[in-house]
Amino acid sequence: MDADATIRRVLEEHGRLSTPATALATDDDLYQRGLSSHASVNVMLALEEAFGVEFPDELLRKSTFQSIGSIRGALAGLGNAVPPA
Amino acid sequence: MGESSSHESFRTTLLDRRILTATDVPGLYQRSEGFEAVVRGLSGALAATVPEGPVETRYLAPVMPRDVLEDSDYVTSFPNLMGVVSSFLGGEGDLSELRRRVGSGEDWGALVDPTEVALCSAACHQLYPTLAGSTVPDEGFDLQVEAYCFRHEPSEDPARMQSFRMREVVRLGSPERALAHRDQGVERVRAVLAELGLEADVVEANDPFFGRGGRMLAADQRERALKFELVAPISSAAPGAVASANYHEDHFGRRFEIRRADGSPAHSACVGVGLERVALALYWAHGLEPLDWPRSVRSRLGLA
Repeated sequence: MDADATIRRVLEEHGRLSTPATALATDDDLYQRGLSSHASVNVMLALEEAFGVEFPDELLRKSTFQSIGSIRGALAGLGNAVPPA
Repeated sequence: MGESSSHESFRTTLLDRRILTATDVPGLYQRSEGFEAVVRGLSGALAATVPEGPVETRYLAPVMPRDVLEDSDYVTSFPNLMGVVSSFLGGEGDLSELRRRVGSGEDWGALVDPTEVALCSAACHQLYPTLAGSTVPDEGFDLQVEAYCFRHEPSEDPARMQSFRMREVVRLGSPERALAHRDQGVERVRAVLAELGLEADVVEANDPFFGRGGRMLAADQRERALKFELVAPISSAAPGAVASANYHEDHFGRRFEIRRADGSPAHSACVGVGLERVALALYWAHGLEPLDWPRSVRSRLGLA
């Protein structure tokens, strides 16, 4: 499973979105798609578990989780974020 | 009162004068008749300033259905502050162990279990479930509410009680009307405080959300300036929050399915006053004997 698919799976399970996560464009605004502040925390924690990473404090903000693209960018910046096999 | 920036001397004085009586648990106090008269006067003064026609007022129990902690997200956002009521749910057969532990002074906490009841987290939280499934007008549906609230944060600072009263006005409606309520509410409360001789400043604030996820929520709350506090000296020269005004966006509307006429989730805002904190601020500002407070203050509190 690649990183993108994993991100979509996490969003599907924890995002409570109005659109199926598989149908989202990479740059769709997740908050516009119904992602609440509290759900974004659950998404953040689930991403950490799925990718085996810990987001540093400076990334603990809602903008990090604004879109699939921004999540992918943040994970790539963490270096050790590897898509699970 | 004193110049000390520490709350310790003020606490000692309050206890010596029996304005408050301490218990064995930090942050739990018994109130004197005089203190209670100030709190009730303040409650009445605040009620009298709520504008715009008839507003339903509800006085709430200090406990609520435990589900409310879940539905309001309090249990995940503030797990360290919440309180759940436990009781002995075992049968007669389990009682002997409870008796034995109590008799021998052992800890018996593990023998009780959480019930369906929790301590009130915030006065407004109790309202939303009673409005679930309803539709509110865009101009706003206002409710006034007062309840004993609980925060598990033991402290020797009398400003930080574990059990205290919160009086709030809550509005559900359009985003614009919710925001207007928050901003006008701050000024309304500030004006009442000014009449009571308290000069309160408005500052941006965030809730003490728990943990790393909480940091995200707090940063967001501050970035978008959702919450304001009115601060004034309470138990020391250092200002503390006596009131807060919070725009929840559609958080509660969505969770409790409270809708606007167009079917979208209602937005909400609450403006809450910590009654004990304001009462303490009055003792701090005007002295320990309410009989000696300025006539205008006494009259505003109905003490004259």
